[in-house]
Amino acid sequence: MSEEKQHIVSYKSNALVLIALLCLTMLTVAITSVELGPWNVTAAMLIASLKVGIVLTYFMHLKFEHVILRMMVIMVVLVFTALIIITFFDYLYR
Amino acid sequence: MEQTASHILEHRDDTASKLGMWLFIFTEILLFGGLFIVYSVYRYKYPVAFHLANHELDKTIGLINTVILLISSMTVAMSVSSIQRGNKKLTITLLSITLLLALIFLVNKYFEWGAKFHHGLYPGSGILHDLSHGDILFFGLYFFMTGLHALHIIIGMTFLAVILVKVKNKRINSGDYVLLENGGLYWHLVDLIWIFLFPLFYLIH
Repeated sequence: MSEEKQHIVSYKSNALVLIALLCLTMLTVAITSVELGPWNVTAAMLIASLKVGIVLTYFMHLKFEHVILRMMVIMVVLVFTALIIITFFDYLYR
Repeated sequence: MEQTASHILEHRDDTASKLGMWLFIFTEILLFGGLFIVYSVYRYKYPVAFHLANHELDKTIGLINTVILLISSMTVAMSVSSIQRGNKKLTITLLSITLLLALIFLVNKYFEWGAKFHHGLYPGSGILHDLSHGDILFFGLYFFMTGLHALHIIIGMTFLAVILVKVKNKRINSGDYVLLENGGLYWHLVDLIWIFLFPLFYLIH
């Protein structure tokens, strides 16, 4: 463990991450209050995915973790995406 | 001899602990992921009912709870930084703020659900039973998913409270803080789930 260099995230960058997340939240609220039809869902989900990405990278320290851990997270995201695609193929072409 | 014993006691593998926590988080992601898919499919099948039922939810209280959870996520992330720097007092303060924010979240949830119950909207209620199939599904999913999320908040609070006591007793310190990191990971997971729950239930119409 000692040979692994621990990375200390500064308080300032934690605060900046929070500000970014709050701005994106406000953006979601603003976008969904305008009538854009199906684009509302798309925009809200894209922003939510971006927020989740930020939380995973910075708050959950993935940026500073071992590459294996990052690959595992990517694998889980891919498995989940495949699950969504398969389910919707089933429902759309039933 | 004693030295050897204490050396054995101190043997630990932080990377493995974190890996274990992540594996658990993956199961949680797929648990909620499955529920999100159920929600999407029913939303696709009953667009009108979901559109109308969505207006019953209080956007403001949802937004306030989102902000509360995001701030609490930051305080936990900061508490990891402060323990790494050996600042015990600040770690305790930050963890206490997190617990307080979590409590406020639950109080808001109580009032939000209380208002729904007051209007006769709760799983199995007569009023809900007379509504359309889509409404029943929307409120069923709403209560189940936000309820399961609230349960995670309570579990996370318990986890963080144990960690807080351990920081106080110096069982968690600048040389051994993997439990705090894992508690933080769990708390961020609770935040991650809410990031999707909030737009799906409160915003999209």
